[in-house]
Amino acid sequence: MKSWDPHIEEMPKSELHQMQYKLLKNLVNQLYSFSPFYHNRMKEQKVHPDDIRELSDVIKLPFMFKRDLRDSYPDKIFMASQEELVRYHVSSGTTGKPTVVGYTQNDLNNWTTSLARALTSVGLGRGDVMQVSYGYGLFTGGLGLHYGAEKIGATVIPTSVGNTERQIELMQDLRATAIACTPSYLLHMGEVAEKMGVSIKKDTKLRVGILGAEPWTERMRIRMEDWLGIKAYDIYGTSELSGPMFTECSEQKGFHVWSDLALVEIVDPKSGEQLEPGERGELTVTILQKEAMPMIRFRIGDITQLNDEVCGCGRAHPRVERIQGRVDDMLIIRGINVFPSQVEYALMAIPGVGQHFQIVVDRKGALDDMLVRVELNKESMSDKITDLMLVRETVEHKLRNALNVNVNVELVETGSLPRFEGKAKRVIDKRSL
Amino acid sequence: MDVKKYVIKQISVFSENRPGRLAAIAHALGEEKVNILAFSIAEANGFGVVRALVDQPDKAYKKLSSIGFNVAFTDVIAVRMEDRPGGLYEIAKMLGDANINIEYSYAYSGKEGAVLILRVDQVIDAIEKISKSGATLIESSVFH
Repeated sequence: MKSWDPHIEEMPKSELHQMQYKLLKNLVNQLYSFSPFYHNRMKEQKVHPDDIRELSDVIKLPFMFKRDLRDSYPDKIFMASQEELVRYHVSSGTTGKPTVVGYTQNDLNNWTTSLARALTSVGLGRGDVMQVSYGYGLFTGGLGLHYGAEKIGATVIPTSVGNTERQIELMQDLRATAIACTPSYLLHMGEVAEKMGVSIKKDTKLRVGILGAEPWTERMRIRMEDWLGIKAYDIYGTSELSGPMFTECSEQKGFHVWSDLALVEIVDPKSGEQLEPGERGELTVTILQKEAMPMIRFRIGDITQLNDEVCGCGRAHPRVERIQGRVDDMLIIRGINVFPSQVEYALMAIPGVGQHFQIVVDRKGALDDMLVRVELNKESMSDKITDLMLVRETVEHKLRNALNVNVNVELVETGSLPRFEGKAKRVIDKRSL
Repeated sequence: MDVKKYVIKQISVFSENRPGRLAAIAHALGEEKVNILAFSIAEANGFGVVRALVDQPDKAYKKLSSIGFNVAFTDVIAVRMEDRPGGLYEIAKMLGDANINIEYSYAYSGKEGAVLILRVDQVIDAIEKISKSGATLIESSVFH
């Protein structure tokens, strides 16, 4: 096994657990004393830091949900002052309010370290050239992988997303050996490359894909590895955890969650009860060493299962299997999280259309395509096609701004969209993985 | 000149671009005994607008609205054309010379000759210009 941090990565399970207990105890003490949010939550739950006497006592602690982050917009739960922060990232929230994540220098260092370990575990290092085709900016993907790859001494090509033909030229000319992007974007690149007469398998040096930010399957892995001549590895993270944090190792059997950085549990989404390894439930993470935005038992909403056996690579850090779904109605469109509630929220501010809507998600080629159907209302009715086209363009523009993804809008007749009495089913997802 | 008598009420109906929508509109008007004198369909990607001149526009508006259609009244004007080769050219040239900009237009040829229906930006202004140009405008009372 090739490790970035041999001391931590090769630690036996018992030592990992000891270390986690110390970090958890310390975190709980600190939050109880200094965070009004966690202090109140723990009081409500009738739990005191003294009740945490061993690692398994984590189940006594209260959960944190995405809605708590929304309610604390922008920075009410931060534990670091603005002077101590060195960066913000912003991701979509469930309504118009996004989620802001702040980072101290130590937070960035830990994030980078996590990825340095991960990238090393798939055999990348000095001499490799990594094309980072995740978006750079408020989204965590681009900058996260960028610093992780630089840390291990690889050469980064910061292409970000888009301009696919140029990306393929650069991949060839700068001899990229690895690429980080969404699996669907890599499929799209493969198709565009073929149209350009370039075979990624034969005409490039690409050998590793670090693929994530959206769900994919084992079948897609086999197809991509075969077609593109690479090894494809799953990467996982969310902005609340810092960003993309964990990847599979060369064994390709679930992503390793570094025990010094995070404590993972799988819980029953309904009862909140902790589940055993191998049982399917909601991924819940306690971030053990975050300064700006510590989180205890954060319910991420992704459905998966845990594998706590020592990995074939020798690491005892637990592994999380592929994400199999969501507990809520969050959609991932081209790697970006989209909640139907955001669409609803954005439509409320547009006078020309009603508030009923339907989202249809499909694939055009390898890429996701999102269509939103909205009902034209009386005020915007016109006999002129150009006026109606303008209504449609306005809605498209506003939704694009609100969601950060390209949206096509279809105007439909008033009353033609289904109405719901109970739980609304506003999403038709035609994508098959 | 009482220009208002030349202003004709067109009904414009928003419709999705899928089979059966025109039938739904026509059926509703038939039920109400509303007669359609002229109509056209304009289509864009995914939707269209059905524009019609009917004998009872208020009744048509009420009925179509009540079954969920988005309906609007639009002021249009109608010009008589000669029903023979070159008839449209004469009118079109006149409109061009009078500097009248047409938003859209449709035509029909009936018992009393051919009629060109025009949707223009400045209706009153257009009526005056067309009258001066020597063309014959048709009064709204002919339709409803």
